[in-house]
Amino acid sequence: MKTTINVTVNGVTHQSEIEPRMLLVHYLRDALNLTGTHIGCETSLCGACTVMLDGQAVKSCTLLAVQADGAKVTTIEGMASGSNLHPVQQGFWEHHGLQCGFCTPGMIIAAAQLLERNPDPTDEEIRHGLEGNICRCTGYQHIVQAVQCAAKKMQSKTAVTS
Amino acid sequence: MIPAQFDYIAAKSLDEALSLLARHKDDAKLLAGGHSLIPAMKLRLMQPGVLIDISRIKELSYIREEGGQLRIGAMTTHYQIESSDLLHRVCPLLPETATHLGDVQVRNRGTIGGSLVHADPAADWPAAILALDAELVVKGPKGERVIASADFFVDLLTTAIQPGEILREIRIAVPKGKFGQAYVKFRHPASGFAVAGIAVSLVKDGAGKCQSAGIGITGIAPKAYRAKGVESALKGSAFDDKSLHAAASHAADGVEANADLFASGEYRKHLAVIYTRRAIEEAAARIR
Amino acid sequence: MAEKYVGRSVKRTEDPRMIQGLAHYVDDIRLPDTLHAVFVRSIYAHARIKSVDVSEAKKAPGVVAVYIGQDVAKIGPVPCGAAIPDMKLPDHRVLASNKVYFVGHPVAVVVAEDKYAARDAADLIQVDYEELPVVMDEEKAAAKDSPVIHEQFGTNIAYKLTAGEGDIEAALKAADKIVRQKIVNQRLAPIAMEPRGVLARYYRGEQELTLWTSTQIPHMARTSIAVMLGMPENKLRLIAPEVGGGFGSKLNVYAEEALMGWISMQLDRPVKWIEGRRENMQATIHGRGQAGYIEVACKKDGTITGLRYNVFADMGSYFQLLTPAIPTLTGLMLSGCYKIPAIQMNVTATFTNKVATDAYRGAGRPEATFVIERALDLVAVELGLDPIAVRRKNFPAPFGAENPFKTATGLFYDSGDYELSLKKALEISNYDKLRADQKQARSEGRIVGIGLSTYVEICAIGPSSATPAGGWESATVRIEPTCKVTILTGASPHGQGQETSFAQIAGDHLGVNINDVTVIHGDTAIVQYGIGTFGSRGTAVGGTAVYMALEKLKAKATTLAAHLLQTEPGKVTFADGKFTAQGGKSVTIQEVALAAHLARNLPPDMEPGLSATSFFEPKNFTFPFGTHIAMVEIDRETGEIQFKRYVAVDDCGKVINPLLVHGQVHGGIVQSMGQALYEEVVYDDQGQLVSGTLMDYALPRATMIPWMELDRTETPSPVNPMGVKGVGEAGTIGATPAIVSAVVDALAPFGIRHLDMPIKPEAIWRIISKKSAGAA
Repeated sequence: MKTTINVTVNGVTHQSEIEPRMLLVHYLRDALNLTGTHIGCETSLCGACTVMLDGQAVKSCTLLAVQADGAKVTTIEGMASGSNLHPVQQGFWEHHGLQCGFCTPGMIIAAAQLLERNPDPTDEEIRHGLEGNICRCTGYQHIVQAVQCAAKKMQSKTAVTS
Repeated sequence: MIPAQFDYIAAKSLDEALSLLARHKDDAKLLAGGHSLIPAMKLRLMQPGVLIDISRIKELSYIREEGGQLRIGAMTTHYQIESSDLLHRVCPLLPETATHLGDVQVRNRGTIGGSLVHADPAADWPAAILALDAELVVKGPKGERVIASADFFVDLLTTAIQPGEILREIRIAVPKGKFGQAYVKFRHPASGFAVAGIAVSLVKDGAGKCQSAGIGITGIAPKAYRAKGVESALKGSAFDDKSLHAAASHAADGVEANADLFASGEYRKHLAVIYTRRAIEEAAARIR
Repeated sequence: MAEKYVGRSVKRTEDPRMIQGLAHYVDDIRLPDTLHAVFVRSIYAHARIKSVDVSEAKKAPGVVAVYIGQDVAKIGPVPCGAAIPDMKLPDHRVLASNKVYFVGHPVAVVVAEDKYAARDAADLIQVDYEELPVVMDEEKAAAKDSPVIHEQFGTNIAYKLTAGEGDIEAALKAADKIVRQKIVNQRLAPIAMEPRGVLARYYRGEQELTLWTSTQIPHMARTSIAVMLGMPENKLRLIAPEVGGGFGSKLNVYAEEALMGWISMQLDRPVKWIEGRRENMQATIHGRGQAGYIEVACKKDGTITGLRYNVFADMGSYFQLLTPAIPTLTGLMLSGCYKIPAIQMNVTATFTNKVATDAYRGAGRPEATFVIERALDLVAVELGLDPIAVRRKNFPAPFGAENPFKTATGLFYDSGDYELSLKKALEISNYDKLRADQKQARSEGRIVGIGLSTYVEICAIGPSSATPAGGWESATVRIEPTCKVTILTGASPHGQGQETSFAQIAGDHLGVNINDVTVIHGDTAIVQYGIGTFGSRGTAVGGTAVYMALEKLKAKATTLAAHLLQTEPGKVTFADGKFTAQGGKSVTIQEVALAAHLARNLPPDMEPGLSATSFFEPKNFTFPFGTHIAMVEIDRETGEIQFKRYVAVDDCGKVINPLLVHGQVHGGIVQSMGQALYEEVVYDDQGQLVSGTLMDYALPRATMIPWMELDRTETPSPVNPMGVKGVGEAGTIGATPAIVSAVVDALAPFGIRHLDMPIKPEAIWRIISKKSAGAA
């Protein structure tokens, strides 16, 4: 039995007929061809599939697409505005916060959520905020530095606009 | 990675969910945050025919104070609890427990009700719920009933909720007087669940003695439990080192402990004792 | 040549696509009409297949085909590229047909219109097994009364090998002391964050097969898979797209890769298989798996005179590409950074009912380093000497091209100054202060330990004479008519950042902006034959090939420039992208590039175009080294370990991009922390994989690891013109013994001299509580 959902992804609204069992990550990747969101485990532990659902970072491999009916989803493809990278993306680039890049989309979304809730995190708070994301390449140190860098960028931006 | 087929129904109200449950019975599973259920379905360890989604039911998502009680809707997310100003003010054990739970993504989505009903032996909430002597309000075809938290956890993955019933609300008496609370946890390095998780809620009387103590322990046994021996030993003590040590030594009395690749039962029982003392120390230090 | 880029922390050119989710890993490549494959894998570790019933699955909605072992018998065996004299080589087929010999062994494959349908149909396949006794322990597997996995061999011993030089018997006999210890390097799972995946598309008209697969060795995989499929190698195009980590697990040729190609040829449609994490843990190679016994002969003053290592190496139930070769790498590196006149390794390699072991980051060298560094610590403890003094006692004097250091394992180390990195690490860590702090902490009843490792590793693998299938690397550099520079490298980077570091080399060489340089890798139809990325060889061998090609290219460009300037090549200088004649007249490299392609005015005998290829054959391995220092504190009540400091000084020769080097070292150290404290593949005694998901297999998370303080020394390698050595595995090799040493040192007051990995809190608690109970 198929069901119809309406989901706004990166600002574009889609109406789709899907099987209820379709995972949100498969919907994004296979139905919408947004392949930046990755699948790294089967047990909700690696965070590679992290996306924003109504402003909250979630693991899209542990959600059914039907659960996103009516929701706004932001994937890694929607983080930059036009050619302007999100400060977290810039931080990852400047501080070599990625190597193979597979965990990176989820890591960036989780970091963005962290900074939204805590604009000036300590090293320890950054690590706690990224506890749901596994990186096998970087040893996390450059990622911590990337998030610190992003925090500074976002603060100075806020300072300018306010 | 791919669940077996099922039908999906999003319930709009608790009553609708109850009637759907009555219709589909054992073939149905309730979907809350889904953070226990969906992984199990992806591994095909669970293959329900019908999923009744109750996570969208607005009347089940709230945190409020009413008549000296905190009332938390079963579909309230861990993050809502973690970030609740009200709870930080009147019952900080709850937000503190939430911060230890899973990770940010899990907390954004997972619900307190879903976690309690799943009754994972290493979940965090049961410890806090037991320590706070909470009441759990369930609704079924015959109406509502209230289950004391001490009676709620029956066995491994089993609660006192009967078929056809749905957990609606968690009620906690607003702590009064001089009280201190703490949740401390030894985190499993792989799963993030509690190898030992100890929730403590202490109340001090006018003479500076322990008036009451609630100690909930998770991770150690097939089900979370109240450490009654610790609680009674603490009562009347002046929170001095000696009595804390003595009280905490009862943390795993009579418990048949779990074992896994990471920690034996014997070690878990030892952790229960040490972490109970630490949690009491922390809670006592916070009394004001 | 003014260095503009080399040596600088240049931001990676590969990052923009990755941080925007626009990179393409195998599963991100979409072809119309693609079918999806799902495997049915053995649930038993050792069993006879009595029957497989696929009739229901074949009828299931969306199912296009189901194959079992008998159907695919024509596909050749999964290759093993390593040969040890007299080794037993199991016939490993892409699907099991008579017997399964590990949990996860593929038995059948379902191909359907989508992955949901394929997964559903897999549940309908009925396999009837007759369980057989299992062989789980690498040492017991060698016993005469053990059940035998491969009946045709009559034994589980895959091979026995003795390696090393010098008279070990005499050394042991003459020793003042012999230190003995059992040392285990537990099985680990590589866990690249991207599991394996294959997309195959057969073009019937062209009779060409294209395979996209997540691999570190596109060309070697192409050759092997073409052989397995019985097709001409040049009709198989293999593409390694973005690869989400490898760590050795994708330095291989897998059954699934050949099978997807074969299925696409049968069905004339694209077919895709993406590995799940549970499959990955069951059926992708594991690493390590050595249990050995050391005997160290030493003099009273700490001089090591001999080392014997008798080791049982767990092969798993069959060989993957390099399985039997891994212990030989251990044998090569047993001397560490010490003068040891006599070394002997006796390997007994055994089959067990587990997935094959193979190269996991470090591949045999972390094992060797752990053995020799533990040995040095044990010698220090047993002789009552300072562990640093023992190391210094046995260090060779600084050496280089003129006087390479020869070991009793048959190697000539290229260059090294072990005191240099040791001294720097001691300074940075303020080692004397750490020891004073430790003394103070102990007096307060705290449990604090400091551990150190001085390591050397073998990199830039390697000379072809010493590798199974070619140790060279290739590069083509082209300057296009518009002066854009294209580099085709035979290396296959998958996170190491060589699109950037190779562009840095070319940028400096040609005086062009690195944004004008494109590095292409991983596509066998575009790139000349290459070897791949593993063994910390990408920059030292692959980068050198780029360097050599650039030299050739520049020679040609200079000749052409001289011609255009109407002078002789010897009278032209090149700087900042400009060729200048002695009189001051100049042409830019852009003008030369265009002239080379227009070809209207070339010197006589000069071919048009501006392109050069190099196949660089290194004359030796390189030997990076360094010193790692760890300080830990242990919770007396629970045994939990907390890092207080972590200092690493690594010497990987000349550095092209310090930022990338730091990244490699960080990642390596954290994988070491995983081995030392968290990670362990556990099979139960029935052969079930108990650590089969990330719920049970603990990977280090951000919260579990300390801040790492990194520095380096630079001892250029004489093996290649850039003096680079390689750094991809340094952290994984150097850190493990330092961490274990720190924990052992912390527990020295409890009579501890060695601990097995992963060191879990419970084990420490047992040590502490036993001693406390004994004291009371």
